[in-house]
Amino acid sequence: MSFIIRQAGIQTTVQDLGRPGWQHAGVPEGGAMDRVAHRIANLLVGNPDGAAALECPLGSVALQFTAPALVALAGRDIAASLDGVTIPAWQPFRAETGALLALHTGCRTSVAIAGGIDVPVVLGARGTSMRAGFGGFHGRALRRDDILPIGEPTPLGKQMVSRLVEAGRMIADWGAGPALRPSYAIQPTVRIIEGPELRWLTDASRERFFGASFRVAPESDRMGFRLQGPTLALTRSMEMLSAGVTVGTIQLPPGGAPIVLMADRQTTGGYPRLGDVIAYDLPLLAQLRPGDDVRFDTIALDDAHTLYRHREHDLSRARHALHLRFASSGHDAR
Amino acid sequence: MLTRTLVPLGDRALTIDFPGIDGTAVRDLIRCLDDRVRADAHRGITGQVAGIRTLTLHYEPLLTSYRRLIDQIDDTLSTLIVTPLVAVEPVRIPVCYGGEFGPDLDDVAAAHETSPDAIVAMHAAGTYTVAMIGFLPGFPYLDGLAAELHTPRRASPRTAVPAGSVGIGGGSTGIYPFTSPGGWHVIGRTPRALFAPTREQPALLQPGDRVQFIPIDPAQFRQQLELP
Repeated sequence: MSFIIRQAGIQTTVQDLGRPGWQHAGVPEGGAMDRVAHRIANLLVGNPDGAAALECPLGSVALQFTAPALVALAGRDIAASLDGVTIPAWQPFRAETGALLALHTGCRTSVAIAGGIDVPVVLGARGTSMRAGFGGFHGRALRRDDILPIGEPTPLGKQMVSRLVEAGRMIADWGAGPALRPSYAIQPTVRIIEGPELRWLTDASRERFFGASFRVAPESDRMGFRLQGPTLALTRSMEMLSAGVTVGTIQLPPGGAPIVLMADRQTTGGYPRLGDVIAYDLPLLAQLRPGDDVRFDTIALDDAHTLYRHREHDLSRARHALHLRFASSGHDAR
Repeated sequence: MLTRTLVPLGDRALTIDFPGIDGTAVRDLIRCLDDRVRADAHRGITGQVAGIRTLTLHYEPLLTSYRRLIDQIDDTLSTLIVTPLVAVEPVRIPVCYGGEFGPDLDDVAAAHETSPDAIVAMHAAGTYTVAMIGFLPGFPYLDGLAAELHTPRRASPRTAVPAGSVGIGGGSTGIYPFTSPGGWHVIGRTPRALFAPTREQPALLQPGDRVQFIPIDPAQFRQQLELP
């Protein structure tokens, strides 16, 4: 089983949930920018959370299946069609042999296929590490005519397909409701844990940092989002020694325009750290396009952890519900 | 007990720093703490990054908590034995200096009002210590650059420094494992692969390793080339 890239889009890559455990060797965790969309798309086709899927950032993407497949799309503002027929996001569908899936809009759309994308595991993961050129599909963004192998669906994925075939349906009657999805917005406010160097901002800059909105600059990518807005200044010039950073770290380079580090960030950085976007709000940031605006607010660490646990609870409940639905054979669970 | 500061780095990481301790003392402390935390394998720690004077721990909030980690670190610090670095045999890294492999060698020589040969001789005479790994997979920040070679970074960074490039940035020297943007002065290139995901130990160098550079000519470079 496989699918063929007919239109590659811009920087479309194979991603999973990253490769933890190698940061000491300078390897960023990487993985999907919007981990929640990635996990939900996998969930809907019976895959484990970390199965490899496509991440399609911008531009039109088209792919053609060489065998029947069960597919789910997740992300912000998705318009897609299968052989010209509009299909929904957050709700899986069956694609027949030869079917052409086209993504017309969307920002970082996760495309999960039952069985996952079966590229080799490198350093414990299948995601693409583009700067180092390993993982994913030959360590690079996808191009037209690339042929990507699909793995063996899980028993749950197979049950899902049988249920759809028996019912004669293309689009599934299960999906992820709005309550489970991140609350995407064009101008989101994302919450941060205050960083060690935030106190070095001048009072006026601190007011601007939390009061103004910042625009995502065109030169933003999986490594980081450059932000345009009021210039921020420190009370003194700081000589920083390289220290650990993480996904969501907001750095302030000497020019005064902040950068938010994203999934392919480096493991260490030498700029003052104003704060770190909490895991719960990272999907909102990941789904912004160049030109979109973002605002920052603070949150206490305990509150961030409460949100984190709530989301994990919701996702595991959704997974459990899907398993229950398909656990009994026959049609009685419908 | 040591004075430590501990700050959250978002909701899934924290950074430990030791104000008031500098130089070799803080390097030894970070290295020993890093090793000990790895050996203790506390539940929920998903990554460790040793900086120049800090240790950053990444964690999974479902498996541990910020407070539990603080307690574990303080317990560790109360019994930690800090040992000096054992002087191991240096890793010898062949470097083809100058020419197409070291486009900034002449500029560095001019900045120090000396000859390119003198720069090469001084760079290759040193024994360096890996202070930390960061920036790129396997990128070593090396301590021990002679003061006569300290050179401010390039005014405008290059968009693509080739893999294997040996650079000088301020008071540090290092090697780019992958082609990447970079602002350091490139004085040579090694044919060795600094990072190979298929090797049992993917990164050639670890913090604390010692390094010496061995000058080679372009023919030897091509012969020893491990990079694609």
